[in-house]
Amino acid sequence: MWSWLLHRVAGLGILLFLLVHIVDISLLNFGPTVYDEGIALFGTAIVRLISLALIAAVLYHAFNGVRIILIDFWPKAVRFQAAMFAIVLVVTIVCFLPMAYFVIGPVFGWPTGNMPAGM
Amino acid sequence: MRISTGYGPRPASGTGFETFSWYFMRWSALGLIFLVIIHLLLNHVTTDVSCTSYELIAARYTNPFWRLYDWLLLTLALLHGMNGLRVVIDDYVRSRSWRLVLQSSVGALTLIFFMLGTITLITFQPNPSILPGLPKCL
Repeated sequence: MWSWLLHRVAGLGILLFLLVHIVDISLLNFGPTVYDEGIALFGTAIVRLISLALIAAVLYHAFNGVRIILIDFWPKAVRFQAAMFAIVLVVTIVCFLPMAYFVIGPVFGWPTGNMPAGM
Repeated sequence: MRISTGYGPRPASGTGFETFSWYFMRWSALGLIFLVIIHLLLNHVTTDVSCTSYELIAARYTNPFWRLYDWLLLTLALLHGMNGLRVVIDDYVRSRSWRLVLQSSVGALTLIFFMLGTITLITFQPNPSILPGLPKCL
């Protein structure tokens, strides 16, 4: 039940972000000044924290979705659903941590090596 | 009528919308896993999000592959997400009239956001004075 609730809440959260993201990308056609002002927001500490939540939600929703598909198409998988849920949580955390380092690193000045123009 | 919860056992048979929806959620999910994770790695890990400036997008979109990639991402994610929202509304909203209002809004929003995203991807022509620019970190 928790896997189901978390899947649903994560999905709705991702959808909300998707709608915001479609609007912020549409700023491209208003030229570099307007677009870059929008993107600069994503570099702030608060929006980086929100990005962390988004990444966690995406990873969980993706891996739990694989678990749901396995259960749907491979009847025996129901027997392993609890074990698969544990695997989903572990894989989510294992993938989340390195990505989180890159996302939150710039706030603390950690080296991330992903800012080509030098910052 | 079979009401798909979006979860649970595979529909035994049927060619109706709910059966189609059930399969669509799973097939689009398989595509989205790759599209979304690569998208996140490109724009949050290999390049920091603060560098995904107008210049970077302008340079990236000189290759039509990335417009197609982003359009596929837009289309699958929006349909998958909005269909999920439709299922959630069916689950919780009991009043017939409210369901009609909300499901119509979901349909209208899907169309509006699909058009907004598609128009942006198709019509974006970078300001030539900026090209060839290097990614600028904001």
